[in-house]
Amino acid sequence: MTRYTSATEADRREMLAEIGVSSIEDLFADIPASLRLTRPLALDAGRSEQEVLAELRALAGKNVSTEDEVSFLGAGMYDHYIPALIDSIIQRSEYLTPYTPYQPEISQGGLQAMFEYQTAICELTGLPFSNASVYEGPSAVAAAGYVAKLATDRRKFVVSRGVHPHARESLATLAHAWKMEITEAPLSDGVTELPQLDDDVAAVVLSQPNFLGAVEDLDSLTQAAHDAGALTICSCDPLPLALLKPPGECGVDIAVGEGQTLGNRLDFGGPSFGFFAVTEPLLRRMPGRIAGETRDVDGKRGFVLTLQTREQHIRRERATSNICTAQALNALAGVIYLSWLGRRGIVELAELMLQRTAYARARLQEIDGVELLHDQPVVREFAVRLSAPVQDVIARCRQDGVNPGYALGKDYPEFADGLLVAVTEKRTKADIDRLAGALAAAVAKRPGPVEVGA
Amino acid sequence: MADPSYPSDLLYHPEHDWARVDGDNATFGITWYAQDALGEVVFFDPPKVGAEISMGDSYTEVESVKAVSDVIAPLSGEIVEVNGALSENPEKINEDPYGEGWLVKVKLSDPSQAESLMSAADYEATLGS
Amino acid sequence: MIRAADDDLTIYERSKEGRRAFVAPGLDVPERPLDELLPAALRRSRPPRLPEVAEPEIVRHYNRLSKRNFDLDTGFYPLGSCTMKHNPKLHERVAALPGNAALHPLQDPTRAQGALELMFRLQQALGEIAGLPYVSLQPSAGSHGELAGVLLTRALHEDNGENRTKVLTPDTAHGTNPATVTMAGYEVVKVGTDDRGNVDLDDLRAKADEQVACLMLTNPSTLGLFEPGIEEIEQIVHGVGATLYYDGANLNAIMGISRPGDMGFDIVHFNLHKTFTQPHGGGGPGAGPVAVSERLEPFLPRPQVVRRGSEGNGSGPHGNGAEAFYDLDYDRPKSIGRLRGFQGNYGVFVRSYAYIRSLGAEGLREVSEVAVLNANYLLARLRREGVAEYLPAAYDRLCMHEFVLSGSPMKQELKIRTLDLAKRLLDYGVHPPTVYFPLIVDEALLVEPTETETRETLDRFADVIAEVLKEARDDPEVARNAPYTTPVRRLDEAGAARRPVVRQPLD
Repeated sequence: MTRYTSATEADRREMLAEIGVSSIEDLFADIPASLRLTRPLALDAGRSEQEVLAELRALAGKNVSTEDEVSFLGAGMYDHYIPALIDSIIQRSEYLTPYTPYQPEISQGGLQAMFEYQTAICELTGLPFSNASVYEGPSAVAAAGYVAKLATDRRKFVVSRGVHPHARESLATLAHAWKMEITEAPLSDGVTELPQLDDDVAAVVLSQPNFLGAVEDLDSLTQAAHDAGALTICSCDPLPLALLKPPGECGVDIAVGEGQTLGNRLDFGGPSFGFFAVTEPLLRRMPGRIAGETRDVDGKRGFVLTLQTREQHIRRERATSNICTAQALNALAGVIYLSWLGRRGIVELAELMLQRTAYARARLQEIDGVELLHDQPVVREFAVRLSAPVQDVIARCRQDGVNPGYALGKDYPEFADGLLVAVTEKRTKADIDRLAGALAAAVAKRPGPVEVGA
Repeated sequence: MADPSYPSDLLYHPEHDWARVDGDNATFGITWYAQDALGEVVFFDPPKVGAEISMGDSYTEVESVKAVSDVIAPLSGEIVEVNGALSENPEKINEDPYGEGWLVKVKLSDPSQAESLMSAADYEATLGS
Repeated sequence: MIRAADDDLTIYERSKEGRRAFVAPGLDVPERPLDELLPAALRRSRPPRLPEVAEPEIVRHYNRLSKRNFDLDTGFYPLGSCTMKHNPKLHERVAALPGNAALHPLQDPTRAQGALELMFRLQQALGEIAGLPYVSLQPSAGSHGELAGVLLTRALHEDNGENRTKVLTPDTAHGTNPATVTMAGYEVVKVGTDDRGNVDLDDLRAKADEQVACLMLTNPSTLGLFEPGIEEIEQIVHGVGATLYYDGANLNAIMGISRPGDMGFDIVHFNLHKTFTQPHGGGGPGAGPVAVSERLEPFLPRPQVVRRGSEGNGSGPHGNGAEAFYDLDYDRPKSIGRLRGFQGNYGVFVRSYAYIRSLGAEGLREVSEVAVLNANYLLARLRREGVAEYLPAAYDRLCMHEFVLSGSPMKQELKIRTLDLAKRLLDYGVHPPTVYFPLIVDEALLVEPTETETRETLDRFADVIAEVLKEARDDPEVARNAPYTTPVRRLDEAGAARRPVVRQPLD
């Protein structure tokens, strides 16, 4: 008996008798003998809870987390402060352990939370309809591409080089299956330069801010897309949307994005959630669960999964997507986080990041051998070019306990000397000064941090 | 509509669609059996006026809470009118499937096809099984 | 918006201007004018209308809301196809270790060796359980894994210079199967089920041709029945050069007993949130890793977690022969590419790995044995008088880890439908089984107790079913108007779909 099962010898005897067989082996009679495993699985024996914890602890101990170094690493996921109340709520069994709310009468907690989450996403994005979550950011871009394909029946995507490399790759994987072509819109001085669009473009795909941290002029980009009859898909970083003109007000048709920064841990890349919001004409093409308001037989307000005929369990081969399990618990953390920040708080948080990012940018620019990669407006992340090999600089900074950011060269060979630096509310002025010192020393190949500007 | 009803002045296609033929023109809809099987209709997105439809092929869909159903054209022709009132009140398809729940009006391309459709009595007989 | 009682307000309805929970850290850098940093044309004209609530009210709101949810830690949840087994509490502790929770996905691999080693070992374990050695952990859920599987199939055929157009799925398939096929650019062709509940081999033979890229199957099927003809199915499918895909939703029935790889499947996906105890979270997160045979390995998503150098003690982190180094391998020229960002749902991997380490080979086998025992026992209890006449088993044979009943006689004779039975069960504090799936059984009720339930719980469930049926014989109206004791009663789903209100009006 394992610690999670309860069938004692006595239980088994009685249960087998009720079934009418003599052994558990008889229950597997349908499996041909040739397919029976004749040896145990080649796995170690099971262990006690305390031994398993010790092993997992030892493994975790080999990882350098954001608690072990001062990290300016961003590029799609960010080290934000997660308030204690989130865990105290989402660790509740009532949120952690139920399944998808197929029986709404006993799932009002989860359904109402989805409704509140959808409302918050609509507010952030400025679009009227949101779903209850998708997996994460890059696959949400691919899912949006599917919507555009079905809605326009056209065969091309024009994708900005400023969109996150993982999102561009995820879309490309599926576009290949749909026999659709992807053209890249280049970056010029850090922002998107759209080529001439023909009448076979299903969607233009953008990012706000883009991967290099630059704020894009969405209005003119979406105008160009619509003039060509194409939809606009924009992958957005949610916290900067506290300050930036929301995509819905800029003419974007589908706003998606990575939700990790909204109350979710880094967790080495997942689980987090993706958000997905659309204009009215696209509502019935939107993938994923949607919670809707209604009444019960007594006239009481309640919530249900609605517009389910879009989904796989009903529409099957003609569904808007194959998505079933999504990221409900992570989206719950998201809406709690947004409620915790509140209307004023989210603006204050974003303004704090804006000011500290500006400060970091100014300090780094002062360093000999560091120059800005572009000087577009930024909110929480920016890119610089280094006069010393980027990997060496990073290694030297890390020896000083600072992780200075993401080396751009792998994804952007044209920026082989580039470094992407992210600043969250957890990085203080002192941290930024320390980054400047470490970077200055590393670029100058001097050992130890240097007082910059001293 | 609570009780099954199959008006005798209509013609029926085995895939649960009816046609009211008037010379070269016809009105189409779904039968009582179809709306009952679907459950409460929540959405109907009409096809485009001018579209050519073929007897036996699907020309549109009707959605209920738990199902989507193809609607089969009982006769071939060109759609000349669609029932726009159903956008606001799709439940008319349940309440009055032969009256206010009509789906499209069609100019028939081959009125003689009507001879292959069933009478109310013959259609109702197929439902018994 | 409908006016609600105080208990039922939304967080927006509790909002009051000026209240707040978050206080930003003080500005410690020189403040620059907003217009200088962000031109007005790029800025919002007004802040997003998020709620204004202080911490006590937020906590109270979401706590109250949670009590309107039924959950697995509270009661029996025999949802067929979902494998609602206990979520071990140890797993939350290991997932929360800072080395896991606060680890950035782009951290240098030399500084994430614990994470990469964990992923590698999980891959190995899953490969052993499936009998297919090459594993990608990247897909985020079962349907994402299915998508990966069909795309891998496409890549294989394209690599062979072939352009196949169809994928076969049984008519009992979970909806994600045909939805995935369409998303992956193929045409769905349905294969019938015979009256024993197995794949109709004649129909399969008729439809399997060289235009077919793949057959997607689950074994045991969604009817909870093992395909005794699986070897013949394998021959038919491979005979036309198609791949055989295993939907791992029902893996809980066969761990340590039989392996899909040995049955001849080329691709297997796992639902870590089903078989491997990742909590369902009300609809996710989950994970859907895939295991494949050697001929499909080159096409696996990028990056792959690999081990460089060999296992053993010694110094040196870069695989210079002495110690193993775990890495992300991007050098995969034939890969189908990425399906998502970063490496996948690592937090889910941590929990699944802890589970496998806790149970070990014997424990996993025991899981499947008891899952199948519990299901057959419950089925036997439900075949007693008073139940079997109204809710007969759809197929008169032993089941595996789940079984299907048909409410068709109940509907005829007692005038209540499977839906009504389900709603009445809510009043008894039990989550109903899955209803109206699989589609080929009329008024279907799909029951999966899982191995973590006691025999007493199963007995009680059987008694509850008998009682509801007895009640219906006396008065069908009771079930028809159920539930009565839940936070809300039956809801108008048609109204919600006709005029969708899917966000709170904030004006």
